[in-house]
Amino acid sequence: MQQPIISISNLSKTYASGFTALKSVDLEVMRGEILALLGPNGAGKTTLISIVTGIVNATTGTVTVDGHDIVKDYRAARSLIGLVPQELTTDAFETVWATVTHSRGLFGLKPDPAHIEKVLKDLALWDKKDNKILELSGGMKRRVMIAKALSHEPRILFLDEPTAGVDVELRKEMWALVRALRALGVTIILTTHYIAEAEEMADRIGIIDKGELRLVENKDELMRKLGSKQLRLELQEPIEVVPTGLDGHKLELSGDGTTLTYTYDAHGARTGISALLADLSRVGIRFKDLQTHQSSLEDIFVNLVRDGK
Amino acid sequence: MNFEAVKAIYKFEMARTFRTSMQSIVSPVISTSLYFVVFGAAIGSRITEIEGVSYGAFIVPGLIMLMVLQQSVSNGSFGIYFPKFLGTIYELLSAPVSSFEIVVGYVGAAATKSLILGVLVLLTAGFFVPLRIDHPVWMLIFLVLTAITFSLVGFIIGVWAKGMEQLQTVPLLIITPLTFLGGTFYSLNVLPPLWQTISLFNPVVYLISGFRWSFYGIADVNVGISLAMTLAFLAICLAIVAWIFRTGYRLKA
Repeated sequence: MQQPIISISNLSKTYASGFTALKSVDLEVMRGEILALLGPNGAGKTTLISIVTGIVNATTGTVTVDGHDIVKDYRAARSLIGLVPQELTTDAFETVWATVTHSRGLFGLKPDPAHIEKVLKDLALWDKKDNKILELSGGMKRRVMIAKALSHEPRILFLDEPTAGVDVELRKEMWALVRALRALGVTIILTTHYIAEAEEMADRIGIIDKGELRLVENKDELMRKLGSKQLRLELQEPIEVVPTGLDGHKLELSGDGTTLTYTYDAHGARTGISALLADLSRVGIRFKDLQTHQSSLEDIFVNLVRDGK
Repeated sequence: MNFEAVKAIYKFEMARTFRTSMQSIVSPVISTSLYFVVFGAAIGSRITEIEGVSYGAFIVPGLIMLMVLQQSVSNGSFGIYFPKFLGTIYELLSAPVSSFEIVVGYVGAAATKSLILGVLVLLTAGFFVPLRIDHPVWMLIFLVLTAITFSLVGFIIGVWAKGMEQLQTVPLLIITPLTFLGGTFYSLNVLPPLWQTISLFNPVVYLISGFRWSFYGIADVNVGISLAMTLAFLAICLAIVAWIFRTGYRLKA
């Protein structure tokens, strides 16, 4: 896990229109990991992927894939990579079998019907192999695109918004597929704006906003570092202000005066909960219920992106 | 060299051709053959021979060239325009293929299709007009060079075109007039001197002249010059294609 398979340094991209999509991005993707790139629409996720895969030229910076420069040694670099773009772009009149076989050839590999058969079966496309692509549903077309990317046995797979517009069942199937691929040692970089997806799948998470890579962290560490816990107390009787005796606890009172929220670091040596509860009973506030809440990646993400504005 | 990729592109393109064989093979052959019926059998007998060749036979090389030119341009342009239009070009750009291999695949397939059509039209012509081929090897050389050169022209148009309209108007507005005015139906000798000179700026004149020479040994311009001009035109197209890939023009942001 410690060896980077993709090294990106000082990568930036300014399009001919003058729009700067990436600003000096540095990133290392570790061998065999699942890295989720998270960010709002237009953050630069797709541009980053497009540069690494050779679809867009970088303005500055270098990228190496398994030690191969993507410009000077593009053949070696690209041979390792499979790409599933965000848009549903497929041929229309070709059969599933023909288009997937074609993809394998493009990547310079000899035909291998057995491998194509396996890929199509894994993606539940086998019974559609002789259908023209235009006859397929959107979900199946997306699977065809994944099949094309897997047809040449890539060591690195880029999935750009793989589950956008995909129903729950197919999304779960994709997650299972991604896990199975990782078990085979394939490095996976996926972009998403479904935070639940990143939380579910990723080993590490990178957050991109406005062309800048705001952070890249191990998911668990990120959750631990930025994740705080909240204790919510539902009061028996509403209060108008937080009593002065509780000043030291930085409590937040809800608008209707019925809920007090206390934010604390769950991993701190002292949570301060017992002191708070003692103080509450001292000033005579009684509560009917209490609950704790772990902040999700979504909260972390929203905070980060909001702070950047 | 990524031979598998060249093979994949070539096969994919040829499959497209045969899938639409009514449109891409049968209809051009029939529409070109109509010229033989009209000019060869019907009107041709009333037009005087040109340099000892009956009019119906005289126009055969020009008509084959006309069709090979049009078909090469259209095949070459559609082949690369379609992936651009559909977005499937992402795969080509992200694959470990060199620009040279891409061109060989697409242009090779487009030229192959034009050649098949050219031979079919030649065979069809034989039914309607008396044919004679003095220099079959040169005939083949001119045919192949023309098919490749104009498939390259098509490829360039396909990369350049931003919409269907551009894709279709360029062949109609430029290629068709150049061919009609390039001596398909007449010998340059029948033109006034000024128009003879102007015609020499039309590259198609050299193709048709050289091609006709390989049939009947008669030519508007020296066959060596024809060959040199054809090769020069091929070189220009290759240079433009090389530039397209070096800069990523309309292919890569």
